[in-house]
Amino acid sequence: MFQRKWAKHWREEGIKAGLFLCATVSVLTTFAIVWILIREAGVFFQEVSVSEFLFGTQWTPLLEPRSFGVLPLVCGTFLIVAGTALIALPAGLATAIYLSEYASSRVRSILKPILEVLAGIPTVVYGYFALSFVTPLLRTVFSDVQIFNAASASIVVGIMVLSMVASLCDDTLRAVPASLRQGAYAVGATPVEVTLGVVIPSSLSGIMAAFVLALSRAIGETMAVTLAAGATPKMTMDPFVGIQTMTAYIVQVSLGDTPAGGIAYQTIFAVSALLFVITLIMNIVSSHLLRKFREVYE
Amino acid sequence: MISRSLTYRYWFARAFHVFCFVVAWTGVVILGILLFHVTREGIQWLDLQFLSDFPSRFPAKAGIRSALFGTLWLMGFTALFSVPIGIGSGLYLEEFTNKNRFSRFIDLNISNLAGVPSIVYGMLGLVIFVRWFGLEQSVLAGSLTMSLLILPVIIISTREALRSVPNTIRQAAFALGATRWQTTYAHVLPAALPGILTGIILALSRAIGETAPLVMIGALTYVAFTPEGPMDDFTALPIQIFNWASRPQQEFHELAAAGILVLLLVLLMMNSIAVYIRHRSEKRNL
Repeated sequence: MFQRKWAKHWREEGIKAGLFLCATVSVLTTFAIVWILIREAGVFFQEVSVSEFLFGTQWTPLLEPRSFGVLPLVCGTFLIVAGTALIALPAGLATAIYLSEYASSRVRSILKPILEVLAGIPTVVYGYFALSFVTPLLRTVFSDVQIFNAASASIVVGIMVLSMVASLCDDTLRAVPASLRQGAYAVGATPVEVTLGVVIPSSLSGIMAAFVLALSRAIGETMAVTLAAGATPKMTMDPFVGIQTMTAYIVQVSLGDTPAGGIAYQTIFAVSALLFVITLIMNIVSSHLLRKFREVYE
Repeated sequence: MISRSLTYRYWFARAFHVFCFVVAWTGVVILGILLFHVTREGIQWLDLQFLSDFPSRFPAKAGIRSALFGTLWLMGFTALFSVPIGIGSGLYLEEFTNKNRFSRFIDLNISNLAGVPSIVYGMLGLVIFVRWFGLEQSVLAGSLTMSLLILPVIIISTREALRSVPNTIRQAAFALGATRWQTTYAHVLPAALPGILTGIILALSRAIGETAPLVMIGALTYVAFTPEGPMDDFTALPIQIFNWASRPQQEFHELAAAGILVLLLVLLMMNSIAVYIRHRSEKRNL
C-alpha cells in the first residue's frame, strides 16, 4: 500500500516534470530568437556601425559601391503600413461597429465567419491577387502606375488586416457594459450619438490595442509585399512606384545566390533584428493598452 | 452635436447606420471578387494531370505533385512535433501550476511569440535547424520551424479549451481521491478535447499557407521528386504558388491560380472539419 502510494507520487511528479519541459520550449524559442539575432547581427555590426545602418539613406548591400543605410527599407515598410492603416483601420472599426451595435445576432452569425475566412487566406494568395487583379485595376484607373507598386500591396495587406481589426474591435465594443448605452439612450441620444459619443470613447484603449496589433502584423507581412511591391529600395512617398520592405529584402537575399557568411548575407540578420524589435515594441504597447482596457471593465 | 436640429440628428443616425452596413458587407464582396478571380483564372488548368505531374518549364506539362506531397509530409511532421508539446504546455500552465511568477513569465512569452513575424521564425530555423543541426533543406528542418511557429497558437487555444471546463468536474474527481494527473487525463482532457482539436486544426491550416519561413530555410522552388523520408528535400504548395506567381508570363499566373484553388480547397476541408467538431460538441453539451 505504502509502495503503491509512492509509485503514484513519482508518476505524478514525472508527468508534471514532462509537461513543464513542454512549457519551457516556448521560453527557449524566445531566447533562441533573441540570441541568434544578436549574435548574427553582431557579426554585421562589427563591420558597419549602428548609426550608419540606422540613419544611412542608401541601401545597396548587394552592389558596388556598397552602402548599408536601412532607411529606404524602413521607409518602404512604413509606406505599406500607412496604406494599410488608411484602409484597414476605418473599415475595420466600421465593420466592428456594425457587428456589435447594429447587426442582429442572425446577421452576425453569418457575417463573422465570412470575415474570418478573409483572415485565414494565406498571404501568398493575397500577393497573387495584388499582382493579377489589383495592379491591373489600378493601372486602368490611374495612368502612371508601375507593375510593382506600394499601393497595390497596401490594398491587399489592408484587406487581410481588416478582418483582424474588425474581430478585435468587435470584442472590445461588446465588452462595454450595456448600461452605458442604455444611459445614453435614456437621455435621448440617437444610435450614432451613443456609438460615437459613449461606446467608442469608453473602449478607446481596446480599439487602440487592436490598431497597434494590426499594424504590427502589417509590418511583418512578407509574401504579399514581396510579390506586389517590388524590389527597389527607395525613399519615396509615391504609392505608385516600386519600393522594397524589410521583409521583402530578406526574402530577396535568401532566394538569391548571395554566398552565406559574407557581409552582404549578414545584412538579413541585421534587418530581421530591427524588424523583431519594432514588432516587439508594438506588441508590448498593444498588450499594455489592452490590459488598461480590461482593468476598467473586467 | 445635441444642439443640432432633430431632423439632422435622425438623418445622421440613419446615414451612419448605412455607412457601417456598406463597409461591413464590402469585406464579403471583396472575398467574393477574390474567389471569383482565382477560379476564373485557374479553373482551366485544374485537372488530374495538374495534380499528378511535377513542375515544368512548360506550363502545359506543369503540375503540383511534388508540392502536394511536400505539404503533406511537412504538415504530418509539424503536427507530430507541435501537438504533444502544445497540449503539454497548455496542460502545465492551466492544470499543474499556480499563478506564480514563472507561469506569468511563460504567459508573457507566449503572447509575445504569437506576435513575432513568421519570417523571423524562418531565421531561427535557418540558423538552428539548417546550420547547427545540419538538417539542410529537409522536411525535418521545415516542420521543426513550422512547429515553433504554430506552438503559441496551439498553446493559447488549448488553454482556452481547458479553462472552459467547469471546475466542478475537477473538484468531483479530487473528492473521490484522484490525483491531479488522473483528474486531468480522465476528466478534464476529454471534456476539453473538441476545443483543443479545433485549435489544432486552425493552427495547422495557418501553417499550410505559411510561405516565408520555408523560403528562409531554403526550401527549394523547383523539385521534380516527392520526398521519401524526413531528411529529403522538399517544396510545398505555397512555395510553388509563389514561384509561379513571381514569373511574368500569364500562363504561370494561371497555374498559380490553379495551385491556389487546390490550397483553398484543402483549407476549406480543414475548416469544415473544425466547424463540424465544434458543432457536434456544442450539441452534446446542450
